[in-house]
Amino acid sequence: MLLIKITPDKCDYCGTCVGVCPEDAIELTDSTIDIDEELCTNCSKCVWVCPIDVLIFDKNKLKEKE
Amino acid sequence: MKIDKEYDVVVVGAGPAGSVAAKFAAEKGVSVLALEKDREIGTPVRCGEAVSHEGIAEFIVPDEKFISSHIDKFTLISPDGTEVTIPLEQKGYMLNRQLFDKAVAEEAMNSGAKFLTNAYVHGLLFEDGKVSGVKVKHYGEEYEIKSKIVIAADGVESRVGRWAGLTTHVDFREMEGAYQIVAANISVPTDTLIFYFGEDVAPEGYLWVFPKGEGKANIGIGVSGEIGKTKSAYKYLNEFVDRKYPEASMLSTVSGGVPCTPSLKKIFAPGIILVGDAARQVNPLSGGGIASGMIGGSIGGTVAGEAVIENRPDKLSEYQERWEKRLGKRHRIFDKVKNGVYNFSDEQFNSLAKSFSKVPFEKRTLGNLFKKALINQPSLLIEAAKIFVMD
Ligand SMILES: Cc1cc2nc3c(=O)[nH]c(=O)nc-3n(C[C@H](O)[C@H](O)[C@H](O)COP(=O)(O)OP(=O)(O)OC[C@H]3O[C@@H](n4cnc5c(N)ncnc54)[C@H](O)[C@@H]3O)c2cc1C
Repeated sequence: MLLIKITPDKCDYCGTCVGVCPEDAIELTDSTIDIDEELCTNCSKCVWVCPIDVLIFDKNKLKEKE
Repeated sequence: MKIDKEYDVVVVGAGPAGSVAAKFAAEKGVSVLALEKDREIGTPVRCGEAVSHEGIAEFIVPDEKFISSHIDKFTLISPDGTEVTIPLEQKGYMLNRQLFDKAVAEEAMNSGAKFLTNAYVHGLLFEDGKVSGVKVKHYGEEYEIKSKIVIAADGVESRVGRWAGLTTHVDFREMEGAYQIVAANISVPTDTLIFYFGEDVAPEGYLWVFPKGEGKANIGIGVSGEIGKTKSAYKYLNEFVDRKYPEASMLSTVSGGVPCTPSLKKIFAPGIILVGDAARQVNPLSGGGIASGMIGGSIGGTVAGEAVIENRPDKLSEYQERWEKRLGKRHRIFDKVKNGVYNFSDEQFNSLAKSFSKVPFEKRTLGNLFKKALINQPSLLIEAAKIFVMD
């Protein structure tokens, strides 16, 4: 289950997240960002490097899952 | 706009590295197409815009139209507020990258390269296990463009190299997530780059205030993924600006990433080479990547052009050799120095600034500063020695 949440309204499409994603799970154009649920392992590296907190690890969803 | 179905060389990304690669390849007399996903070359500007004279001299004649100020000193501000200003032996420019990137692209166009904006490359073509072109979307239409060589110059967000099977992702601890604003209504000297250090302002790095002409400055910070776990660049920068420049207004804001790592172990594969940020050719100590990306682009473009002319696809390995010789090795050492310098404690920065501020202005050089830093952190000595014995 994808636990990384994107707030598209906030995103600046800079691609810092894409640069650290070990799975090549993030697709980015100049005005869209999308995480591939099949490829993402929820490792959260994208969350840590995002300069403006667009990506967050969704704790609520994790609770729902458990 | 008329686009052919096939080019000798296709460049993905029209930043400084891609445009220089296009120029150098075109100068060899081969056909070149550069594809840029954004609507406009040079926009948005994700950059502090500082570069040394030497850094651009090889590639373009300096022109006031893309220079926003002339730099001849820099000021270091330590955590306790001690300021040391140091004259630069190597003078610099603050660029207007919106115009600079366009000017570099125009150089390539004048050499015969063709450019297309709003052209997003979303896949590669392969033939017999070799990259043989790109898939591109342009205003909703999809095209396949064949090429003998693809040059991936697609920046920090690069995916093209991965599609060719190269390992390109950056360790999150070495990726600096950056946030930057251009602010107005700020009073700073127009000839000085200002760097702030310290745990509170900019842990494991620096915050910059770079002048953009009268009353304006480019202010930004990069924080590593490790620091970003607890606090983002956005929060660090806003706290600083609110405290230091409460009167400032924003002319622009932008985020970006700086891969502060040595360049990739492998920057070519059959039919493809990587240049600039895509190859992680940024100077890992300073985070500067304009000049080093253009150097990577120039070597890559030259080798690609030669490989086509001589019909020697195997020649691409020479690109990696030439890059390693010119800057790659050096960047590996800078990376070690970085780990030493950015682990300085606040006390070490303070004592360095205090002792250096006693040195007479004329005697303040980067070399002397570095010597003082070595006294603070002797383990740096070995790495430093390597830099001086390198060439
Ligand atoms: C906040 C910040 C401050 C910086 N400050 C400085 C500084 O003061 N001095 C300095 O020297 N360096 C600085 N740097 C680094 C410098 O900006 C980069 O190293 C430099 O821009 C790299 O050039 P490039 O051509 O490799 O990549 P870029 O300039 O990033 O260009 C890559 C291009 O590829 C395009 N692209 C990406 N994917 C695709 C695709 N799939 N299809 C088509 N096009 C694509 C992008 O839209 C982009 O235009 C800074 C970086 C940041 C983020």
